[in-house]
Amino acid sequence: MAAKTLKIDGRQVSAAEDTTVLDAAAEAGIRIPTLCHLEGVYDAGACRLCLVEVAGTAKLLPACTTLVAEGMEVVTQSDRLRRYRRMTLELLLAERNHVCAVCVANGHCELQSLASEHGIDHVRYDYRFPRWGVDATHPRFGLDHNRCILCTRCVRVCWHIEGAGTKNVAGRGAKSFIIDDLNQPWGDSESCTSCGKCVLACPTGALFDRGSTVGEMERDRTKLEFIVNAREKKQWIVSE
Amino acid sequence: MTAHASGDKRFKILEAHIKKFQARQDALIEVLHKAQELFGYLEDDLLLFVAHRLKLPPSRVYGVATFYHFFCLKPQGAHTCVVCLGTACYVKGSAKVLAAAEAAAGIKSGETTPDSQLSLLTARCIGACAIAPAVVYDGQVAAKQTPEMVLAQLEKWREPCKATT
Amino acid sequence: MEGTMQGDDLAAIAEKHQGSRRKYCLRTCMSAGCMSSRADAIKKGLDAEVKAQGLEGEVEVRRVGCMGFCGLGPLVGLDGMKEREILFEHVTPEDAPAIIRAVQAKDHGLQVADPDHPFFSKQMRVVRANGGIIDPERIEDYVAANGYRALYHVLTDIRPAEVVEEITRSGLRGRGGAGFPTGLKWGTVAKSPGARKFVVCNGDEGDPGAYMDRSILESDPHLVLEGMAIAAYAVGADQGFLYVRAEYPLAISRLQTAIRQAKQLGLLGGGIFETPFTFNVDIRIGAGAFVCGEETALMASVEGRRGTPRPRPPFPAERGLWGCPTLINNVETFANIVPIINRGAAWYAGIGTERSKGTKVFALTGKVQNNGLIEVPMGITLRQIVEEMGGGAIGGAKVKAVQTGGPSGGCIPAEYLDTSVDYESLTKLGSIMGSGGMVVMDDSTNMVEIARFYMDFCRDESCGKCIPCRAGTVQMFELLEKILSRKATARDIAMLEELCDLVKHTSLCGLGQTAPNPVLSTLRFFRNEYTELLQPEPAGECAASGQ
Repeated sequence: MAAKTLKIDGRQVSAAEDTTVLDAAAEAGIRIPTLCHLEGVYDAGACRLCLVEVAGTAKLLPACTTLVAEGMEVVTQSDRLRRYRRMTLELLLAERNHVCAVCVANGHCELQSLASEHGIDHVRYDYRFPRWGVDATHPRFGLDHNRCILCTRCVRVCWHIEGAGTKNVAGRGAKSFIIDDLNQPWGDSESCTSCGKCVLACPTGALFDRGSTVGEMERDRTKLEFIVNAREKKQWIVSE
Repeated sequence: MTAHASGDKRFKILEAHIKKFQARQDALIEVLHKAQELFGYLEDDLLLFVAHRLKLPPSRVYGVATFYHFFCLKPQGAHTCVVCLGTACYVKGSAKVLAAAEAAAGIKSGETTPDSQLSLLTARCIGACAIAPAVVYDGQVAAKQTPEMVLAQLEKWREPCKATT
Repeated sequence: MEGTMQGDDLAAIAEKHQGSRRKYCLRTCMSAGCMSSRADAIKKGLDAEVKAQGLEGEVEVRRVGCMGFCGLGPLVGLDGMKEREILFEHVTPEDAPAIIRAVQAKDHGLQVADPDHPFFSKQMRVVRANGGIIDPERIEDYVAANGYRALYHVLTDIRPAEVVEEITRSGLRGRGGAGFPTGLKWGTVAKSPGARKFVVCNGDEGDPGAYMDRSILESDPHLVLEGMAIAAYAVGADQGFLYVRAEYPLAISRLQTAIRQAKQLGLLGGGIFETPFTFNVDIRIGAGAFVCGEETALMASVEGRRGTPRPRPPFPAERGLWGCPTLINNVETFANIVPIINRGAAWYAGIGTERSKGTKVFALTGKVQNNGLIEVPMGITLRQIVEEMGGGAIGGAKVKAVQTGGPSGGCIPAEYLDTSVDYESLTKLGSIMGSGGMVVMDDSTNMVEIARFYMDFCRDESCGKCIPCRAGTVQMFELLEKILSRKATARDIAMLEELCDLVKHTSLCGLGQTAPNPVLSTLRFFRNEYTELLQPEPAGECAASGQ
């Protein structure tokens, strides 16, 4: 496969032609913030945190779905991008009820760590305080809609890795929410295999193992990576 | 074999419609249109029937049914009053027409009266901009509506009920 | 005779149809607008009156599509008179006897429109040439009006690449809003490798305050079908989808009729005009989602999924429906194809301005005297449209602004009325050409309320997939509410502008990227209306966070 040479943040990078800018950057040790991206699962391009500047293109492009091109010049960090990322995170924090102090994922939350990385010590937007519930009907897992950022990682692993199609998004706009089957209690779902991949995929405290208390919800992402690699790439990478 | 355990003939008609599309999964929206036309609204049982026949996960069917505003998952009233809130209608006072209807019916738009007589809805634009503000009463477009006119229509619908009670 | 259609057959149908014509024709508008005012009863009344008077051999009562002057509807046109056609306004079913008296050149005492009125005389009817003239439910009417000749010509005389070239030379640009060059799009799809290709007609006219596409579909459905067939031939597609909003039941039923008739005559289906070309069209009915006007969302909807957009590239021209190269054009764009083929690219390119060619259909609505549908050459000024054709604001009020482009566009203030109507000039003013909604606002209009109206729309219609659009429109709406309830300070305006910048530049699709436009344009031209509502900045910091 032909290799492409490009510049990311001034650094010369070489990558295979079907590589995304996100992967090419990661390969070169440049981390671009993401929330909806999940290794091995097709990208949605929805969180807009990985937007980068590409010379010659007026629009900002999502690194997760943009393929490398010969001679491309990519900027992943700029004042403008940082400002946008910060605002996007603030919008998320104001959208539902992200109260870290009482959250199962406190300390292990991707939203939380990105917020602190971007120096967010307060949110300038009015908190919406929507009334969302918690589904605790599944014997092993729980779903707290208050913590959900609608990244759809759970939906995508359920459809494309597990193949069950239990989870989907219902409604639209700010009223969108994650459902199981016909928006029924998760515990009543006939299609759910209780595989737990959705829980492993969740970046926040929205999906959790039942019984976890504040700060206890740690996820072993390597398990998910193992199964994703096995199913998608037919590579069984066990630890040595 | 009956189409549905309930023996309801409408399921048979729906099944015939699904066959017309060779039960193609991409016909989901067309099938939901037909289902709503037959049953008036999309209840869980019906959505599950569609999911089974198209061999789709129920979550996909529910996700689609709730994404599009045209589909309703709750029963509608005997009469429907749809106030168009398109720009042309808006600048000509459709908000006042809607407010009058809401006040008279005692419900907000998107709701149905407790006696199931009236559903009050809004539309984003029905394309009748030259005769704004437009209101659709039971599927019939009415031109240049005023708060008084919408009240008169609601009153007209109410009268036969009053006579029977 | 299915599938055996030839060029001569078209002429034969046209001739036979001409022979059935009567001396007088009463054209009764039966488009959705006039239908709401009992146009069907009017036609019935006229039919009965013609029969009662024994005039069947002389007078034809014809169902026609939109005549344009919808604000004066219901309309009935009378052709065949010695002088010129008569256009009756505000007709009621009870007027039938008087109209028949007019046919007999007797005093009728009815209200008639002035054909020299600028509303008519300034129009240039290219895509609407048949609108209000032919019966949209009879394919013979369309064939008699030279219909399907362009398709015949293209299939038998021109190579696909030459068709693309012709469209490119015409300078036609997409009529859905963004104005992408049509020929370039066709060329990309034609060149994209794929075992199968599709043509999609976007009839998801979601812009509130606009009904051009509805009118075209209701008045001249075959024009769109023929345009799609020519496009399919040019790009190498064999299947088309016509995506129409569920809110347009009449357009859907007329399209169904048109497709059935075209199939019967062998103008759709396999081996059209005895060539290897095969083309079928299916209707897909939308279900109430503005975002489906965005092409990747529309494709998701055609495939029966939630209408959420996906990042581009890949563009539909390369990877569209079911991964196949797909051409997506709007209704009016397809309606321009037949006239271009029939009259030539050079003729078409002669209309309009340097970079915006041809005509554009607008729905002129709002606080304007003359409401209706107009087709005008590009380059006409807004003043000519609003003041001359539209007759200015209602009741002696002053025109304050003209809104074009709907929720993706902006409000152009009255002092810019001399702006030329073309893609670039409107964009320069912070608005867009859009699909053709043109809502006139008078001096009683509160522009902050208008901004809130559109933001409410976008907030409601956001699909929810990307964060800036989903959460940003909610916060912008709340800030506009705060301003309107006189609780906001200058800091809130700054925050609003900052959010506009974010949502415009980071949203995934066109809906979000243009959602701030109504706010930005009203802030640009009517900023004082915002600042008048502001509270002085409080001394302390926390007081600002209202609610």
